[in-house]
Amino acid sequence: MQLNVNNKAVDADVAAEMPLLWVLRDTLGMTGTKFGCGIAQCGACTVHVDGVPTRSCVTPAGSVGAKKVTTIEGLSANGDHPLQKAWIAEGVPQCGYCQSGQLMTAAALLKKNPKPNRKQIVDAMSGNICRCGTYHQIVKAIERASGGNAAAKPAVKA
Amino acid sequence: MTSRINTLTLSRRQFLVGSGSVAIGVAFGVPALTASRRAAAQAASLAPNQWITIGTDGIVTIISPASEMGQGTMTAMPLCVAEDLDADWSKVKVVQSGHNPKAYGNKLFGGIMATGASRTTRGYYELLRIAGAQARLVLLGAAADKWNVPQSELTTEPGVVWHKASNRSMAYGDIAAFAKVPAQLPVVTAAQLKPIKDCRYIGKDIERIDIADKTRGAAMYGIDTRLPGMLYGAVLRPPMHKDKMVSMDDAGARAVKGFIKTVPLPYGVGVIADNTWAARQAKDALKVTWANDSITKSYTSSEVLKSYQAAASDLDLAKAGVEVEKHGAGNANIKGAAKVLKADFLTEHMAHMCLEPMNATAQWSGDDRIEIWAPTQSPSIATLISSIVTKVPGQNIKVNTTLLGGGFGRRVDADFVLDAVLLAKAADGKPVKVTWTREDDVKNDKYRPMVAQHVEVGLDANNNIVGWHHRLAGESIYARANPNAFKAAGGRDAPFDEGAEFIYDIHDSLIEFARQERGVDVGFWRAVGGGYSKHAVETMIDEVAAANKADPVDFRLKLLAKKPRAQAVIREVAKMADWKKKRPAGRALGVAYSDMWETHIAEVVEVSVNKKSGKITVHNVWAAVDTGVAVMPRNVATQVEGAIVYGLSGSLKEQVTFVNGAVQQSNFHDYPVARMNEIPPIHVKVMVTDNPPGGVGECGLPPIAPAIANAVAKLTGKRLRHQPFNAERVKALLA
Repeated sequence: MQLNVNNKAVDADVAAEMPLLWVLRDTLGMTGTKFGCGIAQCGACTVHVDGVPTRSCVTPAGSVGAKKVTTIEGLSANGDHPLQKAWIAEGVPQCGYCQSGQLMTAAALLKKNPKPNRKQIVDAMSGNICRCGTYHQIVKAIERASGGNAAAKPAVKA
Repeated sequence: MTSRINTLTLSRRQFLVGSGSVAIGVAFGVPALTASRRAAAQAASLAPNQWITIGTDGIVTIISPASEMGQGTMTAMPLCVAEDLDADWSKVKVVQSGHNPKAYGNKLFGGIMATGASRTTRGYYELLRIAGAQARLVLLGAAADKWNVPQSELTTEPGVVWHKASNRSMAYGDIAAFAKVPAQLPVVTAAQLKPIKDCRYIGKDIERIDIADKTRGAAMYGIDTRLPGMLYGAVLRPPMHKDKMVSMDDAGARAVKGFIKTVPLPYGVGVIADNTWAARQAKDALKVTWANDSITKSYTSSEVLKSYQAAASDLDLAKAGVEVEKHGAGNANIKGAAKVLKADFLTEHMAHMCLEPMNATAQWSGDDRIEIWAPTQSPSIATLISSIVTKVPGQNIKVNTTLLGGGFGRRVDADFVLDAVLLAKAADGKPVKVTWTREDDVKNDKYRPMVAQHVEVGLDANNNIVGWHHRLAGESIYARANPNAFKAAGGRDAPFDEGAEFIYDIHDSLIEFARQERGVDVGFWRAVGGGYSKHAVETMIDEVAAANKADPVDFRLKLLAKKPRAQAVIREVAKMADWKKKRPAGRALGVAYSDMWETHIAEVVEVSVNKKSGKITVHNVWAAVDTGVAVMPRNVATQVEGAIVYGLSGSLKEQVTFVNGAVQQSNFHDYPVARMNEIPPIHVKVMVTDNPPGGVGECGLPPIAPAIANAVAKLTGKRLRHQPFNAERVKALLA
């Protein structure tokens, strides 16, 4: 089948029911999207399908068709999406494993709602588990990226 | 076997993980070194000791010895080297060490390579600073010879040696081009190290080197390992722990597209396929008949915990158990005490739920060489276990430690490594990556032990403590995971029992361990013993305070009169929380303190309880921590915050239950963990002192459960003694 991943047409010789997650990771070698639970409970595998945050672990590749898939590798050209910059400034990641999914969920939120309030952030992000407990840093980073609360805490020194 | 790049290499400008001809380089920040320049720099370089290589291009390569599982060690430890080397941090490249315990082992683990028990900074801090200082002296010596000036006239600025008298300078890279490592390395003692106030990096908030990659999907975890010709594996384990296979029908598996073969294992059945999804489909299609008979057959949580409680509260030590620690008269004075406070504390099994499920990749070369890529907390244990099972000598097993997507103690064990090793053995020299499903992970964890504790505190007529008796009962961690240490300690289980000891001014105390052997594997769950032992200790301290009609903060300060660091964190957290301020109706504060891992931490929580549903809401958490020198203070704060989140999640809701040896939970829907909408504001203050650095990754956890329990007691008069404090249990208690 043919897929559009990060604005590139790619071919994948896989069964239609194979989840998009494994096509990305095993077939296409794009390992930035993570496997966490396999049942759409943790959010680690979140990608955008036509801009909509989607759990790739339960999305059959065959259901994607010509829709545009965006992964963490395609979120920005040089890792400089405002959220990625804010993530660095707030020093968000610990183990970092969930952060691709957190960023993709947050990016979809800001696209829909560029100035979310605290409650809207928490509502949008509560489907993504971070076992290291970086939740407060994630909130701060989203507020920083959306210009909501940028002065709350100084950036980590380089 | 083709040559390999054996280490995962990570820096701000370069990230390499590879094997054979595959090498993925991701450049960012400043321009990446080209392969040829990198080769040139490596060819002409100075390696004053095993930790440091200085290239003629000025790039300083520093080895990081511990596993990076989110705690920041891959920045913090090299930073200690860079500090006393006076390296230019922007030119430092960090390389994860290979498995070489002789060069990089942790003295606090008897010289093996392991990451856990809050021992990395404590084990390496001074050693690495000395290594840096020693290398600096090598550079100074070479520069002094070159300029023919006394070494004492030389100083350094980051990456540069100066002779101020003649206004000459030489970059470290230039010195590396001609310097020789002296036959006798300069001797440096701890006393010669830079005072903390003069440090450029230690104590400053240097950006972690792994952060940028982790925002781009470029950080490579074990699960991201990709090798030429790699196959994918899955392993089916029996529902009843330690059950055995009787027969297997793999016809269904064979019908799965991409299926390659099944591999019977001593503990289950493995499947090899050409992608992860196919391996899982094939595994699910296996029809296995299990013996339905193992040592765990009668292991049902509720019943087993009752028997543990009986063992803990039966104080006839002759029946079972060992003395762990005894001070003064031990428990002798409890008999004649005016009053005896008695309580039982219970804790259910809990799972780790590292967000990166267990996985590993292995490749055999012939029948006596194995290479492993694994997100392991201990390449030494991974090597040992692989060697024992395969009979391949340890020196022929090469373990590459990748990044870890969470560890929390789970990845000290090597069961998941063994899966890859045994499947790869059947793969004709091809590498095999085995990735567990979340269900595999939940059902086959090395759980936090289920524990019963019985505590008796004897008080005299004036409510002074005259005796303290704490007895813990449960399956041993060390008897399984570290049998030699367990035997050497005479049946004491250091991680299981840790935290039961305390630094309160209580003279007569006895701690005992009554080992129970029911056959379920238990392991190291963040803070290990401290997650339940401090629940007991800090609850009892609160009860003694109540018996004295004393304020819990004041009472602790009194019992810690000789411990100024402990007093300071308790005073500070009381101030942060405005401890004596009246709270809104239905809310109360609780306090707890922990002395574990050479770190002092006090926490206060503000809670309310819905008496109808039993649901506890934590509204605020305050923590004050003195870990001595904080190498990266902001990282200390987020580690403490993370451990508080982990502890809140564990003590309020997490629970694994067994029925007849089989785990009843399977994934995040029935083993929920804390999400963003459940986390209260958490206020952490890092109180930096000049004391040697203590442990950071776990210290935030032990006080959280007792602080909650103490707050609920203040609100309701009822003591929460059974973790987790889920709504059902709290409702029953309050009824």
